[in-house]
Amino acid sequence: MSDIATITAAPIGSFTAEVFAAHLASLGDAPAWWLERKRAAYATFASLPLPTRTNEGWRFSNLSGLQLAGFKVERVDPNGQLLASPFGPAQLNFINNTTVGDGAGARAELAARGVLVTTLSAALQSHPDLIREHFMAQPQKLGSEKFAALHAAFVSDGAFIYVPRGVEVPAPIVITHAASGSGTAVFPHTLVIAEENSKATVVDHFVSVSDIPHSALRTPQFACGANDLYAGHGAQLTYLAAQNWSRDTLSFQFNSTVVRRDARVQSLNLHLGGRQARHESHSQLQAPGAFSEMLALTVADGEQEFDQRTLQIHQAPNTKSDLLYKNALRDRTRTIFSGLIVVDSDAQKTDAYQSNRNLMLSDDAEASSLPGLEIQANDVRCTHGATSSRLDPGQEFYLQSRGIPKAAADELLTFGFFEEVLSRLASEPLHDALHQLIKTKFKQ
Amino acid sequence: MSCLEIQNLHISIGDKPIVKGFTLTIASGEVHAVMGPNGTGKSTLAKAIAGHPDYTITSGDVLLDGRSVLAMEADERARAGLFLAFQYPSDIPGVSIANFLRAAVQARLGEGEDLDATAYYKRLYAKMDLLKIDRKFTSRSVNDGFSGGEKKRCEILQMAMLEPRFALMDETDSGLDIDALRIVADGVNAQRGGANSPGILLITHYQRLLDHIVPDHVHVMWDSRIVKSGDKSLALELEAKGYDWVKKEFAAA
Repeated sequence: MSDIATITAAPIGSFTAEVFAAHLASLGDAPAWWLERKRAAYATFASLPLPTRTNEGWRFSNLSGLQLAGFKVERVDPNGQLLASPFGPAQLNFINNTTVGDGAGARAELAARGVLVTTLSAALQSHPDLIREHFMAQPQKLGSEKFAALHAAFVSDGAFIYVPRGVEVPAPIVITHAASGSGTAVFPHTLVIAEENSKATVVDHFVSVSDIPHSALRTPQFACGANDLYAGHGAQLTYLAAQNWSRDTLSFQFNSTVVRRDARVQSLNLHLGGRQARHESHSQLQAPGAFSEMLALTVADGEQEFDQRTLQIHQAPNTKSDLLYKNALRDRTRTIFSGLIVVDSDAQKTDAYQSNRNLMLSDDAEASSLPGLEIQANDVRCTHGATSSRLDPGQEFYLQSRGIPKAAADELLTFGFFEEVLSRLASEPLHDALHQLIKTKFKQ
Repeated sequence: MSCLEIQNLHISIGDKPIVKGFTLTIASGEVHAVMGPNGTGKSTLAKAIAGHPDYTITSGDVLLDGRSVLAMEADERARAGLFLAFQYPSDIPGVSIANFLRAAVQARLGEGEDLDATAYYKRLYAKMDLLKIDRKFTSRSVNDGFSGGEKKRCEILQMAMLEPRFALMDETDSGLDIDALRIVADGVNAQRGGANSPGILLITHYQRLLDHIVPDHVHVMWDSRIVKSGDKSLALELEAKGYDWVKKEFAAA
């Protein structure tokens, strides 16, 4: 393992102290406490080693793919080549960490009802206390402490969404995070605070764009994003993240979900892009009646690796979590699912469910599952399971006997496999938008 | 006028011969009933002609308007005009009837040709009305949790939408009570008689289906081939005398 030794000797790659200093200098009038936090985060990033084989949180992962060299963090002046979002017009658009385009009209409508949809950089001036309280406030526990610190150090902007008490936002709030240019590093962030008895749907769409037609898919990029979701007492928050970076992107996404009393969070992560994409998701059920529904769909093709690590933490009695992650694997792809349910000693009557299902569309694909439980209470209901299966030849023949070619039949069966997750979405337009996005992956 | 010729067909599963020399010619508009006891290869015949990969055709040929279909995949055979109504249709959770049929109709269009969704639904609903199927049916997953009658009606709906030149109907009556049988038979009969009337190979165990779908020809299958042919009265004779009669008459041969 000589490559590991090399990496350990230079674990910061392109993200050197000089690059970090230039980043800080570019931030302009950011508050001192924020800069201080970033400095501390950078120190953490630079001091932590890259993961090694002995690290349990990286079992089965391709460690040699984690090279951090060859990327650049300067904020490229965007040409404004916004893609139409399948989720409808975005309220906020970012290209290379910089806000572009015009969602001001839609934002103003929301602002009239007290709903803030603004940039993180603006919110640092207007709502510093909320950012102090909620921005990456929960500990990272799933192995990517180094990369989460890298995100905190280099994040320059993002979406800040605040839904006040009792306000319901019927239409989804859509944020597009785009990366443009070869070697670009992006650090997207979305912070959602849904106050008491509010209701909202937020969509993050991650996408690579290019001036050169059809080249966006093959552009090497680095994406290191995070989202913080907070659902106050009785709030109902739906969060969708559609990850469609270029096929040559190294991607990290960190999620922290905090669910308060009688609140409900439904999150659905769609994973399509990236050369190697790691997603870490933490749900904390902090008070009785809290419910977190954690959903994910992955379509892997070529040589992609999708690495998903999850934590369902039950900290109070009568809380519920329900995880369903489904992967469809084609070609020579790999998926890893590692999930842990933790039930604290006073979290009696916990109801926790965790399921990872893999559809193997190729003999050369490999799916690893590591489901786990850590239960300290004695009156709980916890179920977990993982399965990997192939397409049913009987179903394939049935479809083919109707004239549907094999490739189209397999696509239809894959959608059938996904429908169990997609049908959990209450919104039909969002269901259809996800369907369309997934379909693009079958056309390539 | 189309023609389906099954010529001296031999079919094996693995190394085991199941059908040993089956010959029959069907013209469009004709209904041929094939009757016979269990294990005589009736279902094997239907599935092999439709292109099921588990069945090997070791000799003989199947010609659709003079062109052999044996080199075609199952989906090509279907697009060429063959349709298999399954004895046990697969259930496909998560795939709605509407999307499934849409994919099947789309597959019949030319490259780059897009399906006219409005016309498609109009046609689908018309066929459903004819078969007395509730429109809510279209959003249900294919055969998932269907009763026996619903599954068979769904098969006939597919046949009505895809308008095959030849339909191989495998024990379409199995699992049906008399009311369901009548609805299914009405659905098949509604497709007969017109200019596009398909040729039908009707595989059945029992005469009762033939009261509702009246055949032009009846063939008795025994020991993997046709041993006796006649008109619809042969089915009644068979019903009266039982398969033992066939057994006694042909076992020695």
